[in-house]
Amino acid sequence: MPVDIALTVNGQVARGTVEARQSLADFLREGLELTGTHLGCEHGACGACTVLVDGAAVRSCLMFAVQADGANVVTVEGLARGGELSPLQRAFREHHALQCGFCTPGFLVTATALLAENQNPTPAEVRAALSGSICRCTGYIGIVAAVLAAAQAGRE
Amino acid sequence: MKPAAFEYRAPTSLDEALALIEANPEAKLLAGGQSLVPVLNFRLAAPPLLIDLNRIPEIARLAFEPDGALTVGAMTRHRAFETDPRVRRAQPLAAAAVADIAHVPIRNRGTLGGSLCHADPAAEWPAVALACGAELTIARRGATRTVAAGDFFTGLFSTVVGQGELLTAVRFPAWPERRRHGFVEIARRQGDFAIVGVAAAVDLDAQGDVGAARIAVFGAADMAVLAVEAAQSLVGRRGADAAREAGGIARSRIPTRSDHHASAEYRSELIEVLVRRALEQALGLAAAQAA
Repeated sequence: MPVDIALTVNGQVARGTVEARQSLADFLREGLELTGTHLGCEHGACGACTVLVDGAAVRSCLMFAVQADGANVVTVEGLARGGELSPLQRAFREHHALQCGFCTPGFLVTATALLAENQNPTPAEVRAALSGSICRCTGYIGIVAAVLAAAQAGRE
Repeated sequence: MKPAAFEYRAPTSLDEALALIEANPEAKLLAGGQSLVPVLNFRLAAPPLLIDLNRIPEIARLAFEPDGALTVGAMTRHRAFETDPRVRRAQPLAAAAVADIAHVPIRNRGTLGGSLCHADPAAEWPAVALACGAELTIARRGATRTVAAGDFFTGLFSTVVGQGELLTAVRFPAWPERRRHGFVEIARRQGDFAIVGVAAAVDLDAQGDVGAARIAVFGAADMAVLAVEAAQSLVGRRGADAAREAGGIARSRIPTRSDHHASAEYRSELIEVLVRRALEQALGLAAAQAA
């Protein structure tokens, strides 16, 4: 039986009518046409679908859209402000932290959550925080460098 | 990779939840969903009804009791044990263990109660509950009962939680001043389920020798188990020999399983080494760094 939901997505009120089994990821992509959230494995292993729900990074493939009723969701589309990339997104570009880009939304959202709670992470903390996201192109050196650079820029 | 259709209910009180659970024996309970939703996505299960426990504040509360015990609602997220300094201070073994549960986005959703009831043999929480002597509160409509962690697990993915019942809270007894802990696990990658892991709580006496200990081994067999004889062998001792001997005893008493991650023989070897390392951590022995 379809359910009406209302939530905040990237600062805007979003409404929809969803089947209970529809994942939050599919609702974002198909219901709201926010296709920046990517679905890789659909069982919580790859991290590509990571979004912020009430400030916490979570797998949107492991939440149902009905569970996000009333929540505040931020997707990768919500990281840039007024057409300007966020400092983290700029650092990803500068440090070649992506190649095909499929995993990038998940890395960006996960690292955004890390930097919100820890402005001065060590390389080991960055790696631990990103350990739940899988990149199959570039490797992780550029990604870790980008997060550390964004952290440093944020402190200056 | 999409779940089969199901009905969905999200009760907002414990009473409402227990009534739904009693009336719908075919329903699955949705806690953090970090194990259940993959199972649904793969269609390994297709329950007709999901009862979502995420909107019941009564079972997501923390209570610090006057005697130092900590009672944790079953819907408390793993992450709370990392980020809440009061919880970290009150239960340092749990705080050490949660960092090895999967990854931050999983820990932000996954719950203590969900993990205990799922009873994955390689999960951290069952071992922590055993090592801490936790007590689990199980409710049904009109009644509750309390079960010691040692009596909660009955086998592979199996617990004593029965039809119509819900795990609502876990009580961690007060952490004594002279209790020390060790936690180690071996996994293929950061965040993977452990091949074998060990959670140890060691109570020192006034002289600094071991007065009592609980050593929980997980990943080795069908469920987390206490290495009782190994723990007893430590009493009255404190040195590296004691830690090493306890490892050998644990190895000899705990059966191991083979699977595609590791052979039973390798798991036996890990039990011996990891029990020793966990005890070296707990006893503050320098070898903990070298090993």
